[in-house]
Amino acid sequence: MSGVDLGMPSFPDAARQAVRDAQLRHNLGNATNTIRNKRAAVVGELDDWEQLRASGAAIKAHTLSNLDSYLEQFESAVTAAGGTVHWARDAAEANRIVTELVRETGETEAVKVKSMATQEIGLNEALASAGISAWETDLAELIVQLDEDRPSHILVPAIHRNRSEIREIFRREMAGSGTPAPADLTDDPVQLAEAARHHLRDKFLRARVAISGANFAVAETGGLVVVESEGNGRMCLTMPEHLISVVGIEKVVPSWRDLEVFLQLLPRSSTGERMNPYTSVLSGVTAGDGPSDFHVVLLDNGRSEALADEIGSQALRCIRCSACLNVCPVYERTGGHAYGSVYPGPIGAVLTPQLYGVESEDTASLPYASTLCGACYDVCPVAIEIPELLVHLRNRTVRERKGWFDRLTRTAMRAMGWVFGDSGRLARAQRVASLGGRLFGRRGIGRLPWPLSRWTDARDAPTPPAESFRQWWERTRTNDEDGR
Amino acid sequence: MNRASRDGRRAVLDSVRAALAGGERTSAESIPREYRRQRPVESPAELFRERVADYRAEVRAADSAGAPEAVLRALEHAAAGRVVLPEGLPATWAEPLAERYETFDDRPPLPTATLEGVDAVVTTCTVAIASTGTIVLDHGPGQGRRALTLLPDTHVCLVPASRIVDDVPAALAALDPGRPMTFVSGPSATSDIELERVEGVHGPRDLHVVVVDDA
Ligand code: SF4
Repeated sequence: MSGVDLGMPSFPDAARQAVRDAQLRHNLGNATNTIRNKRAAVVGELDDWEQLRASGAAIKAHTLSNLDSYLEQFESAVTAAGGTVHWARDAAEANRIVTELVRETGETEAVKVKSMATQEIGLNEALASAGISAWETDLAELIVQLDEDRPSHILVPAIHRNRSEIREIFRREMAGSGTPAPADLTDDPVQLAEAARHHLRDKFLRARVAISGANFAVAETGGLVVVESEGNGRMCLTMPEHLISVVGIEKVVPSWRDLEVFLQLLPRSSTGERMNPYTSVLSGVTAGDGPSDFHVVLLDNGRSEALADEIGSQALRCIRCSACLNVCPVYERTGGHAYGSVYPGPIGAVLTPQLYGVESEDTASLPYASTLCGACYDVCPVAIEIPELLVHLRNRTVRERKGWFDRLTRTAMRAMGWVFGDSGRLARAQRVASLGGRLFGRRGIGRLPWPLSRWTDARDAPTPPAESFRQWWERTRTNDEDGR
Repeated sequence: MNRASRDGRRAVLDSVRAALAGGERTSAESIPREYRRQRPVESPAELFRERVADYRAEVRAADSAGAPEAVLRALEHAAAGRVVLPEGLPATWAEPLAERYETFDDRPPLPTATLEGVDAVVTTCTVAIASTGTIVLDHGPGQGRRALTLLPDTHVCLVPASRIVDDVPAALAALDPGRPMTFVSGPSATSDIELERVEGVHGPRDLHVVVVDDA
């Protein structure tokens, strides 16, 4: 357990608010749809996509099954290349290590590359309480940070904001932390990006400490790989003297050659591009180029526990491409905040309960935030069987939180709850859902069983057809045959 | 290593080992690699030009003799005045520039403030990838340290056609993993504001690529 207080409403509560927000739904619908189409087009260009995917899944699974030795190999390679490796059991330990490292430099500010691992451990807050300002430098993260908001998507964290809101945030908040926004700033994205460029350039050139995450850590060479678009990652990895990278232990891949698979899978799955604008690779320190002092903090924080779960450990293969968010019908309607975790969408629903445990209602409700439609599995570049994991985690919740589940099953729709919770078969779920629709005879289902009820409270769940496609198929085909 | 970090190391590794105990450890040889390690194309240079143009990079083609002229035209297009040249850039490319522009050598390394005031940088690359339209710098001779291709607004990259490979696997095989590397696919870009693509957020706004037929 991490001991980090998520401090966020549980999924059903947050989802209820989110689905009332028309702007959010509009932006999300647009974003997920656009990225989905771009992804499909570039994936379609590769006739060996399925082979790449199988290889990516196998490399990750293989690494996880030998994680101890690959971590040790990575450590030796980084050390040999002039870097230092630290190990952190949990969030508190990782934060302590990073804070110490920054203190040793005598600095009180650091620039940051967007990193889910540092969000997961609440690093910015920990640094702030030690008197250190950590500046987010990704444009979206900057927007989120300036407004003291939270990210809502892995790839486009500020997608819930529109341009005029962003203009307001810049005009109101930039001056407080450095170069102010120009007085005549409009809401044109070009101008907004320009304002961010000026605001951050100053920080990049002044900062002596940078903090990053990594997309991959190569055991064989000690190399860290950072994939990005804006160049803020390159700035952080290049300009300051001190670089501290916080890397989840699941980010390791065995060899340099393995990147030939992931550098094809990741950009196409993530932004729908053949390649992202910038990828940086660095191994230790290079004289006369880049940081002269380099630290990697290897973060466990619940990962080794997840590793012990034969089915659940699959989630550790995730390369954070966010493709599963963009196809998820639940995510599209609720947005990332509803998941109350830095890992939103389908992957968040299976990763968060494993990293944080299912003791709290916040995390325990997440595996229910899905329709089990399977679209997430279809797009996942490392073939994580998310629907299977959801069902597995639902069962675990039931096992570990008996009292909680007993309360939940006291609802009148208990039977449906069990089907959604246990079957994992869309056909069965559909059949039961259509029964529910008929029972209530209204426009919407209105209430799904708790805890799904707390989600449907907020939306008009369309009444499922009185018969599922499969039932219709069976009936019409049968009729047809009868008719002959 | 101090006491606390030694403890952390042992604890994490112990916990990982405990999780793996009894489970099957697969061998690296069992990983299926049935994807294409090669993607033969008739003209990698042509595909590269097409793909890098997709990223809104300006692309020019030249033979060896015409390359300096193509670089001049790229710099004109970018309205650059001050140009930094990395150590090791071939003299045939560097000299014509010095006649027309205020050029800076990066030896000894230029102070950041000077580099900030420079408009453009002209480099070559280690390898380029046709199928993705990517140039890869390993920051060796002719490519400069990483900051050189990061701070100036315009990056002109000379890509010898002989260094263009078909795809990602071939590129990685041609690179030395121990070196710092930057893979560049078009100018820096963001889509963070309502998904509208804007070039030049933090890195170079313009990428000009000159493909040099060196056969
Ligand atoms: S679970 Fe798969 S699809 Fe989702 S973010 Fe991770 S790698 Fe991408």
